[in-house]
Amino acid sequence: MGNYFQPEIECASREQIKAWQDERLVKQVKHVYEHVEMYRQRMDEKGIRPDDIRGIEDLHKLPFTTKDDLRDQYPYGLLAMPLSDCVRIQSTSGTTGRRVVAFYTQHDIDLWDECCARAIVAAGGTKEDVVHVCYGYGLFTGGPGLNGGSHKVGSLTLPMSSGNTDRQIQFMTDLGSTILCCTPSYAAYLAESIIERGLRDKIQLKAGIFGAEAWTEEMRHDIEEKLGIKAYDIYGLTEISGPGVSFECEAQTGMHVNEDHFIAEVINPKTGEVLPDGEKGELVFTSITKEAFPLLRYRTRDICILSHEKCSCGRTHVKMTKPLGRSDDMLIVKGVNVFPSQIETVLLNKGYPANYQIIVTRVNNSDNLEVQVEMTPEMFSDSLSAIAEKEKELVSALKAMLGIYADVKLVAPKTITRSEGKAVRVIDKRNLYQN
Amino acid sequence: MTVKQISVFVENKIGNLAEVTKILADAGINLCAISLADTKNFGVLRLIVDDSYNAATALKEHGFIFSITPVLAVSVPDVPGGLYRILTLLEDNGINLEYLYDVNSQKMDSACLIFKVERPEDAGKALTKHQVHLLCQEDLKSLI
Ligand SMILES: [Zn+2]
Repeated sequence: MGNYFQPEIECASREQIKAWQDERLVKQVKHVYEHVEMYRQRMDEKGIRPDDIRGIEDLHKLPFTTKDDLRDQYPYGLLAMPLSDCVRIQSTSGTTGRRVVAFYTQHDIDLWDECCARAIVAAGGTKEDVVHVCYGYGLFTGGPGLNGGSHKVGSLTLPMSSGNTDRQIQFMTDLGSTILCCTPSYAAYLAESIIERGLRDKIQLKAGIFGAEAWTEEMRHDIEEKLGIKAYDIYGLTEISGPGVSFECEAQTGMHVNEDHFIAEVINPKTGEVLPDGEKGELVFTSITKEAFPLLRYRTRDICILSHEKCSCGRTHVKMTKPLGRSDDMLIVKGVNVFPSQIETVLLNKGYPANYQIIVTRVNNSDNLEVQVEMTPEMFSDSLSAIAEKEKELVSALKAMLGIYADVKLVAPKTITRSEGKAVRVIDKRNLYQN
Repeated sequence: MTVKQISVFVENKIGNLAEVTKILADAGINLCAISLADTKNFGVLRLIVDDSYNAATALKEHGFIFSITPVLAVSVPDVPGGLYRILTLLEDNGINLEYLYDVNSQKMDSACLIFKVERPEDAGKALTKHQVHLLCQEDLKSLI
């Protein structure tokens, strides 16, 4: 049997879970109808009154929320509580450069921390553990989420944030970190670095909680073997709260969705029709307990499969597969969301043609983003330094837009592959998604 | 006074360079001077040819990006300090030199260098005033 943070919730009967969801959904729909103009309008347009939603069987009647809605409603449009009741914002990059800002009341932070605490305990965490968090801190939810979860568990928390590998390893060895939280690619990089420095015997890690980007089973085995740990997957998104929307148990056969807070659905991305268990489709979440930024039927664009099959860990909450792909063109590079449209915006702003190609590779477990841009007569000059200067300008404009470094490569005209007249914009060589 | 240099954008691929030279050869164009400047990712191939107009037309037809840059072809006396004297003249006239490369020819008794300078017309005047010999496009052609 497993380790639970809140066994009465995590192992509750399906009837109990449904009862919670029914009650909370009804309440949440009333809350957003009263406080969020966009939802009120959409429900009115569909002729749905809050009273029409009597339980989760009515969920399908509610409108979807998309990433575009979040962009259009930026910054306060979807806020369902007075700002004075909010205590935090977190943010993630959105399409066409506008960021998504999510608000939290203390209640929202607590439930998010609780979800992360469940993930840490599922990975074997107790108050005796030293939880080493090298997700980024700041607007990114990775660091704050696991940090809060670790506090809830009562573990000693090392808020390392990302980068500075030497310092990471020094703290890890000196302070005896036992649970590592970071992106899987950084975990793999750390593993390599630890082995290179001959410090494999000096670390006391027993588990890792890795998320915020796609990773394969091979990568999992590689990290587990190199660090001598068990590696757990964690899933989440800022729009819904952050990491901990779902998490893996020791069975490692999917991630349990924290269904007392989030209702998961899988839909056909083209028709919006709800699909049954076992069918592949777009994952949709409704947050039923959040106060400040509650979203109804938020389309994650992640392609997943849900399963209510009984889990050997004893938990009863539905399991989702790792994302098997995306239903839009978003890329996740170094844990950061990248949309081709963002890159296009930068190019057009800088006077380049929107003829480009994005090539993502993973070398030594680290993501690399290259943007190839076709040279034009206007951009060209006899002076190498003038061209290099333009290249540099483009690199910093991309950095400002994406938040990560992208290598710019100027290529000869008409060298970017076109298929049927339409350019192939993205070449992802990482093979992240398994089928 | 100046000669026309064709600067061609090339990716740093041997194939790319080979293609340019093949296009020019197919168009019956002879090279007087050639130089490649490159960075990690790309290069600029600089050419002086016997027929700039036809070379440009051929490159354009094949989708290459290029520009025409006026440069000076300077005859540098083959004596110690020959180049030093010319550089000093430019410096004294406040003219910046961006780069230089040489014209390879067996038919010359003195060296010939291509100078890319800031103000080619002024530079040309300053040099000829001090009896530095500048070659014109026709002169270069005859060297091939
Ligand atoms: Zn389980």
